[in-house]
Amino acid sequence: MAVITYRQALHDTLREEMLADENVFLIGEEIGVFEGSYKITAGLLDEFGEKRVRDTPIAEEGFVGAAVGAAMLGLRPVVELMTINFSLLALDQIVNHAAKIYGMFGGQSNAPMVLRTPGGGGQQLGATHSQNIELYYAFVPGLKVVAPSTPADAKALLKASMADNDPVLFLENLALYNTKGEVPDEVAPAEIGKAGVVRPGSDITIIGYSRMANVATQVADQLQQDEGISAEVVDLRSLRPLDRETVVESVRKTGCAVIAEDDWLTYGVGAEIAASISDGAFDYLDAPVRRVAAAEVPLPYAKPLERAALPSAESLTTAVHQTLEAVGHRR
Amino acid sequence: MTEIHMPRLSDTMEEGVISAWRKQVGEQINRGDVVADIETDKAVMELEAYDDGVLEKILIGEGETVPIGTPIGLLGDGSGSAAESGPSESPGSAQQSSGEKSGSEPQGDGQSPAPARQDPAPAGQGSAADSGDASQDGPRNRPKASPLARAVAREKGVDLSTVSGTGPGGRIIRVDIEAAAERSGTDQPSTAPTASTRDASTGAPAAVEDPDLEEIPLSNIRKVTAKRLTESKQQAPHFYLTSAVDVTDLVSFRADLNERLQAAGGPKVSVNDLVVKACATALRANPSVNVSFRDEKLFQHKRVHLGVAVALDSGLVVPVIPDADRKSVSEIATEGREKAERARDGKLKPDEMTGSTFSVSNLGMFGIEEFSAVINPPEAAILAVGATREEVQVRDGEFAVRKMLRLTLSADHRAVDGAVGAVFMQQLTGLLEDPIRIIA
Repeated sequence: MAVITYRQALHDTLREEMLADENVFLIGEEIGVFEGSYKITAGLLDEFGEKRVRDTPIAEEGFVGAAVGAAMLGLRPVVELMTINFSLLALDQIVNHAAKIYGMFGGQSNAPMVLRTPGGGGQQLGATHSQNIELYYAFVPGLKVVAPSTPADAKALLKASMADNDPVLFLENLALYNTKGEVPDEVAPAEIGKAGVVRPGSDITIIGYSRMANVATQVADQLQQDEGISAEVVDLRSLRPLDRETVVESVRKTGCAVIAEDDWLTYGVGAEIAASISDGAFDYLDAPVRRVAAAEVPLPYAKPLERAALPSAESLTTAVHQTLEAVGHRR
Repeated sequence: MTEIHMPRLSDTMEEGVISAWRKQVGEQINRGDVVADIETDKAVMELEAYDDGVLEKILIGEGETVPIGTPIGLLGDGSGSAAESGPSESPGSAQQSSGEKSGSEPQGDGQSPAPARQDPAPAGQGSAADSGDASQDGPRNRPKASPLARAVAREKGVDLSTVSGTGPGGRIIRVDIEAAAERSGTDQPSTAPTASTRDASTGAPAAVEDPDLEEIPLSNIRKVTAKRLTESKQQAPHFYLTSAVDVTDLVSFRADLNERLQAAGGPKVSVNDLVVKACATALRANPSVNVSFRDEKLFQHKRVHLGVAVALDSGLVVPVIPDADRKSVSEIATEGREKAERARDGKLKPDEMTGSTFSVSNLGMFGIEEFSAVINPPEAAILAVGATREEVQVRDGEFAVRKMLRLTLSADHRAVDGAVGAVFMQQLTGLLEDPIRIIA
């Protein structure tokens, strides 16, 4: 057991899998000589050589398309898209090719590839470099979308994604790379499509993924410490497939829920979760499901405005308080 | 301060009359107490308090008519502050404004469009008043309650209409149901699973899961019928006396009577009208059947008011013919027909459906030979009238075809003994078999 960063967990997993399977190769912008914009691939060019760590031009559609072809022919590409914002340039390759190949060609070929990419704001990178648009991919049958929030999950889910025969969008987050957590020496691949109750509780369910799962856990710990509130935190881990059962089971226990998401409110991931709760736990709801999400604006560059627009521990705490008030907690 | 509002007591109710205040200004009121009688378009109903407090002011006096939702009285802590501050401008105005807010587009604050309703009310105003009429909100008189509260209420057998909601906007939430169950003692913690422990496979109530089962909302008439007749069957020990009455003469007497009445421009009378009149006469002769047993006390009615059951689509109503013993058969026929007609149109006034001292229920028109009726409290007896049929009887050692009618008296044994009921039935039979005496 070691305490390492999310970044280190990703790096170690890539290296281990490259050592284990010579069909695994990395492809993306600035991942080789520059060692990756966020240094996930540091040292891998030196260790594995240019054939397995491919620097590309700034041409997302081109290198994602190349990866789709490689995957169809038996290789196991791991693509790094510098941020999820740039994935839009490869949208056609991802949505119309990677996601469709297995189904449209009668199962003649899989497209076993991983698209690693970070989302997230809060780094003063401006509106076009700070988005949380994982929903675009979570919407598409034929793709899988995973979103780990801890170093241990990052490792277990990256292993699972690389072993999976479907294309997987692996969502990272700029704010998570430096977070630390315990990672066992031996990590088994996670089951994709399985959410986790990362903090059991009985008063209210807080549901999050990626960065907001971390925020949810912090908020729950704080509420426990300050007010004795027992909040259960569900980390979705996977957006497609979506583990509705775990969410519903938790809400059936607590009777109320708040969803924390870094994307925009309208049509966001939280809307899908809220609908699932309504389907599966209607008779158990004592208050409407609340959502805490980003303000519906292109994210501002100015630091105070950017901070105000993003969901935070404070806004989540407020929503939890309001929901507990609505169910007459401690009355 | 809490306002008491004119409740919505029926689907079609738009306004109501304060028939009577049952509490005086200054009186302590506990949740569930009957505060006033409200006359609706259908009936007089009891208004129960949704909150505890002292009745500080009566805003609407007896006999006055106001639209539903109008404040009719003020509940306070007894200090008189409620009476001073007076009612809010319009019913539910506070909820209105927050409701508008909550329905708007998200304003970019990144939160669900709901917080306005859930903001805790500013100290000293709002929240208690909001909950006052909560159970009258929404369509079909459906109390506003969370799904969990509904599920727990079903589980614990708590009637939502008796619970006051303390959630946002007066919503009934789980804690309200649990408090209500605790008060009424219906909760059985040893066997009833709670929401937090029941398992997913068996937790949901059967009524929700069965696609072949649909709940029909209760009409007020049906609610009242269910409540009162359950009380009757549970509290009044019924016994039954059946007589076979030879109505051969009665039938020809009726034909003769109708012929004469028609010639004189009068109304036709039915066999039932004759039975009603005969009952009234027999009750006058046997006052010990014209009684009520109520609150461990026996009451003698000095007048004879006969209820005549009428079946409607929405349920059973019993129009009353007051002083039936002092009315002629044709008066009874005219009045009975007119009241039954108005009952079908829902236009019968509540006081025309209350105060009967004995009832008659007739299912003869459906060919029912005989049946036993449930006593209509607080009456002590009810007569069930079957169909007139030709039967072979023995008369003077010979077979004879006679028209026979079977009558069954249901009597409350707390008030009427078997022999007393039997004497009444004997006299009634005598009257019907010698019909000239009915109009004597």
